[in-house]
Amino acid sequence: MLNATYIALIPLLPLAGFIILGLFGRKYIKNSSGIIATILLLAATVLAIYTAYGYFFEYGKVNGVYEKLIPLKYTWLQFSGGVSIDMGIMLDPITCMMLLVITFISLMVHIYSLAYMKGEERVATYYSFLGLFTFSMLALVISSNIFQIYIFWELVGLSSFLLIGFYYDKPSAVAACKKAFIVTRFADLGFLIGILMLSFYSGTLDFNTLIERLTSPGSAELSSALSMSFMGISVLTWAMILVFIGAAGKSAMFPLQIWLPDAMEGPTPVSALIHAATMVVAGVFLVARLFPIFALSAPEALELVAYVGAISALLAAIIACAQTDIKRVLAFSTISQIGYMMFALGVSKYGGESGLGYTASMFHLFTHAMFKALLFLGAGSVIHFIHSNEMKDMGGLRKYLPVTHVTFLVACLAIAGIPPFAGFFSKEEILSAAFQNNMIIYWIGLFTSGLTAFYMFRLYFGIFWSKEHETHAEHHDEGGFAMLLPLILLGIGAAAAGFIPFGNFVSSDGSALESHFNLNMTIAPVAFSLIGIVTAMWLYKTQNNKPDKIAASISGLYKAAYHKFYFDEMYLFVTKKILFNLIAKPAAWIDKNVVDGLVNATGNTTVFVSKKIKRIQSGKVQQYAVYFLVGAVAMAVLFIYWWK
Amino acid sequence: MFEPGLIHILFISTALFFIGVFGFFTRRNLITILMSVELILNSVNLNFIAFNKYLWPDKLDGLFFTIFIIAIAAAEAAVAIAIIINLYRSHHSIDVSNAEEMKY
Repeated sequence: MLNATYIALIPLLPLAGFIILGLFGRKYIKNSSGIIATILLLAATVLAIYTAYGYFFEYGKVNGVYEKLIPLKYTWLQFSGGVSIDMGIMLDPITCMMLLVITFISLMVHIYSLAYMKGEERVATYYSFLGLFTFSMLALVISSNIFQIYIFWELVGLSSFLLIGFYYDKPSAVAACKKAFIVTRFADLGFLIGILMLSFYSGTLDFNTLIERLTSPGSAELSSALSMSFMGISVLTWAMILVFIGAAGKSAMFPLQIWLPDAMEGPTPVSALIHAATMVVAGVFLVARLFPIFALSAPEALELVAYVGAISALLAAIIACAQTDIKRVLAFSTISQIGYMMFALGVSKYGGESGLGYTASMFHLFTHAMFKALLFLGAGSVIHFIHSNEMKDMGGLRKYLPVTHVTFLVACLAIAGIPPFAGFFSKEEILSAAFQNNMIIYWIGLFTSGLTAFYMFRLYFGIFWSKEHETHAEHHDEGGFAMLLPLILLGIGAAAAGFIPFGNFVSSDGSALESHFNLNMTIAPVAFSLIGIVTAMWLYKTQNNKPDKIAASISGLYKAAYHKFYFDEMYLFVTKKILFNLIAKPAAWIDKNVVDGLVNATGNTTVFVSKKIKRIQSGKVQQYAVYFLVGAVAMAVLFIYWWK
Repeated sequence: MFEPGLIHILFISTALFFIGVFGFFTRRNLITILMSVELILNSVNLNFIAFNKYLWPDKLDGLFFTIFIIAIAAAEAAVAIAIIINLYRSHHSIDVSNAEEMKY
């Protein structure tokens, strides 16, 4: 029944694509590289569906509870005692769900790129990077060991660096990929320290053992981790906070969100992949994976998760309202939606009915993957058509891009939470979970959902309605079958994914969670969303000067939002003014004068001495013989008279 | 008849040695320098023979060493003459003071 080989093949197929295309792609199989990568990924997708089907419907459930299965485990590095770094596979509901999401979205992106990247010189490199990215993300979600997850976590960071910087001759892309790498790397330091602390106190790196030891009350490991405290907070909570810093860096949570908008410099399908299915949800996945420890042993850390998520959701939504680059609007909407997932986890409890937030978060991850990938691919079609990212160059495109128009509308309705589209169901669950536990976060979430509807429909009306530009008519067609098929498939997903009884499959403790659909709870978010949509329609459906007037009347806030609340400037201030001047410059001085000085002094002394004594080497053989004789006599004298 | 003792032979060999050293340092002609080296080697040979004969007449170690040194000297002469020929080809002279390019 449970055969580990084909599960291991799921990540290994994209890896094979990476190796084949990376080695031979540029010279030998350039023109078929896209097809090869797509076929490999299609095979991986089929295997993922097979695995998930088998897990959910055949062998995963034991006594009504979804078990954590370890079909493969290979000890790689054994440290003292039980601490070992393993390479293994762990299957549980969220892993299976992530396998489905990643392979499906990645497949859509692969197909879409067949048309989108046509004519690109380095298409084989592009597909090999996509394969590496997909491989690292798939391997990340099936990890059975916390150190294994860290390895692939870094690999995800690396491959996103490669993809964001794909157009490496563009200075802005180079800056963006460096920024993404440095910011996430900085956060990963927290994750690493967190891992070390967790493994020190629990004596293991294996997920199952780790969670078991640190959640069962009265266990020696748990009490030792709880008894130590630093600044009034237990060491375990600190460890979980550090792990969360790593997760926040990857998921672009406040205040580490600065890299994500710049990451839009990569090719648009890559943005779809990074934002919908892979990199940014890795943080949510990590928190979900360690959720029992968060919920049962470190509730303070979980509260931090909730507030960070809520602040990010609100802040990013406000910023998104003022951006004009369509990909940046989508980037901030991603931050906002990831914020939703985070605070849904944050307000959740472990087990039973109160674990609703956990299910809701995973559900939102699932639906968000569908509609966010759709939005990005739709935006890609628009950019492909217009050759510009700016909203002011667009308008009236519904006639030219009918399929994109309809699917984009579906995605906007889904993200705004209008029934019966996917986002409605997941958002409703998130908000009811927040309602049960924390009213502040509930109101933030509600307000954010109104803002979400507003800025998404601002985008929608700005692109597809508004004033038509006369230059559009001379453009080419919509992009062909390879671009339209993913849009249609994702559109179906975004419309219908909400009807999956998600609680039956994914819940905090593995047992099925009855979805208790509460009609009263849906009124407020839908009302907020409708207000947002109507406002956006009133302002942006036709060309007028109302938006400018409103922007002028709140010019302070508008400017702040347009400049992303000056976070980049703050970071620049901290790094340039404080870090560079106070730490880097003195360090550079010491390096130049002390370290280099020592090395140079050694060299200079050698040169000085050798200049003085080089005359000895005169080239006259007989002179050398005299030196030799003098030496020999001196030695003889020494041996005879002193060496008794 | 006068029977030479060990001291006489040592005197001769010391004289030979220093004549060789003096020649080695003062002569500029490479052939003469080679001859001086041979003088030095032969003074050593003489020492070996003398010590063997006068101090341990029942042993042959000194003789062996002498024969060994003669063989070495022959080889050394071959190498030295090869060097001299090459030097002559490149400098058209076998005067060592002309060959002093290999310096600082």
